[in-house]
Amino acid sequence: MSEAPVGLNSTVSATHRDAAPPRPLWQVIFVRPETLTFVLLVLAIFAGGQLSPYFLDIRYILDSFTLTAELSLLALILTLVIIAGEIDLSPASAMALSACLFAYAMSFDWPMWICVSIGIGSGLIMGAINSALIIGLQLPSIIVTIGTLTLYRGLAQVIAGDKSIRVPEWYIGIDKVQVLGLPAPDLIFILAAIALAFLLGMTVWGRQIYQTGTNETAAIYAGIRTRRIKAVLFLATGVTASIAGMIFISRLGSVRYDLGLGGELQMVLMAMLGGTYIFGGRGTILGTFLAALLLSVISTGMTTANLLPATQLCVLGVLLVLSIIATNFIYSRTQR
Amino acid sequence: MIGSLLRRREAGILLMIVLFCVFVGILRPRFLTLDQFRIILLLIPLIMIGAMGQMLVIIARHVDLSIGSIQGLAAMLTALMFKFHPEIPWGFGFVVAIGVGLGLGVINGVLVTAFNLPAIIVTLGTLSLYRGLTFIVSNAKQIDRQFVPAALKAMSQDSPTYAVPWIIVIALAVAMATYWFANRTLVGRQIYAMGSNPIAAPLRGIRVNAVTILVFAISGALAGLSGIMYASRWGFVNPSNTGTGFEFQVIAAVVIGGVSINGGVGSVPGVVLGVFLMGCVSAALPLLGIPGTSQAAIYGAVIVIALLIDRSVRMRANAALSSARGRE
Repeated sequence: MSEAPVGLNSTVSATHRDAAPPRPLWQVIFVRPETLTFVLLVLAIFAGGQLSPYFLDIRYILDSFTLTAELSLLALILTLVIIAGEIDLSPASAMALSACLFAYAMSFDWPMWICVSIGIGSGLIMGAINSALIIGLQLPSIIVTIGTLTLYRGLAQVIAGDKSIRVPEWYIGIDKVQVLGLPAPDLIFILAAIALAFLLGMTVWGRQIYQTGTNETAAIYAGIRTRRIKAVLFLATGVTASIAGMIFISRLGSVRYDLGLGGELQMVLMAMLGGTYIFGGRGTILGTFLAALLLSVISTGMTTANLLPATQLCVLGVLLVLSIIATNFIYSRTQR
Repeated sequence: MIGSLLRRREAGILLMIVLFCVFVGILRPRFLTLDQFRIILLLIPLIMIGAMGQMLVIIARHVDLSIGSIQGLAAMLTALMFKFHPEIPWGFGFVVAIGVGLGLGVINGVLVTAFNLPAIIVTLGTLSLYRGLTFIVSNAKQIDRQFVPAALKAMSQDSPTYAVPWIIVIALAVAMATYWFANRTLVGRQIYAMGSNPIAAPLRGIRVNAVTILVFAISGALAGLSGIMYASRWGFVNPSNTGTGFEFQVIAAVVIGGVSINGGVGSVPGVVLGVFLMGCVSAALPLLGIPGTSQAAIYGAVIVIALLIDRSVRMRANAALSSARGRE
């Protein structure tokens, strides 16, 4: 592609232009949104350390991360969806509905495998509904998932009413379980991040996700089955939502329909803060991973500093807008 | 050809309303009485006003998720003014509410246009920001009935004519003004042009950024107006309840009212009928013995159903277009 125009232009000296010099390696490595996320993370931990010495204790950070581990898990898979050029606002609601069904099944003392299949199966069905509407019927994912966001949360309210459903004692306390010195939810998150980072960065399938988001028409002509990729991503989001729901219940001990209410804000915020490009085609799991840590530190920091939940909500809202402005700015300054 | 399809679209919504009312009427004859009609009418003014703004936003190919929070913040600031400065005439509350809404809407519009950001993310952010501010300005406390001026509350009871309360009259006036704006003014037509072809619009000399900001400003101002009407209708303003979920009710009403999510298509009569349908559904639930907790599920289902209808209408329109081309 680059050779043909140069050959043509060299015969007409007036229009001859040198190819733009490649960006220096240090720029390719460092001028990217993830760097900003990392710097912010270091700053946030440092600022937290000023508030309370606990912040410099890795144990404290790990323990407090369990509070946002479920939404962080969802943010990882949402990152893939956004890179593929779509968006899904419904996972937080899907998590609530699947968790309600799971807890409801458990309240009948049914065997565990049935409860788990109900939970995962409901997540799969919700993902399938999203993909049928978005990929099958070619409807825009923004409005579809606003609709299913309302629908899934509403169904959870129909099932659970305004009461909370308790789960058996033995099921409670996944955040207290230590595996390899890590709280179990943190470990699940880290393993999921490594697996998805490998998938996205190292496999053909991962590169095809980037292709799909960068230019779907070109991707189709290149023989990439973009519809199948997107459908799988929405299904995976549904399943991840149900797994996140199970972790959530185990941590809380009971579930209400408003589980993770407004969680879509935090999920989207993690993806945006990690430098995922909202119009698709760019972004990394590393970025979302760092952003999830950053957000956990910020939330814990704000709670330590005795900020009202309302103030925290304001901060998250402002952060979302600022992070997307910063990400767009950085991408507009670097070559596509 | 397309025009007749659109006309059929509004007829379709009307048919849905009639079928729904007949269905509920057969099960519960009480549904078809004048009292019920009044209940339905009282349910719709807030959604109607919010829907007019949201309609313009969606026609312009954007979406405004922050209107519920704008309603809450505008209502809260107005109610705080009533509480701490009772000497200010109550009518001034309308100026405050609409002004606050306008300002918040302009912030949305400027963020969307100045940085070229998708409206859904911007308004998801401001949704949280405005809701948080509502809690902060109110100290997370409700403004109770006694602080809301009696004259304002009376607007939901008293009527200028035929037992139709003032807030319904205001809602209808807003709908008519929107009809005039969307169909009879240059800017109104430009909104449709932007939505039907965002690439062609600037080439035709439409100032896309200015019109986009205007659209969000209108949506915000109307959400502000719905805020003071919330205070009138319910007599209190609560930082966590006022306006929460309002955006989903409004989006449901707008899309069932025939506004295409792909932009450029939608009419005021259609949206008015859509709002009326939502009112009928809300009024029918308690009569049918369906608990109020299923409201949200129904709004969600309505949005999904409306998307399916939108798609089938678009397919028919495309088929009609191509068959018309084939005959040429």
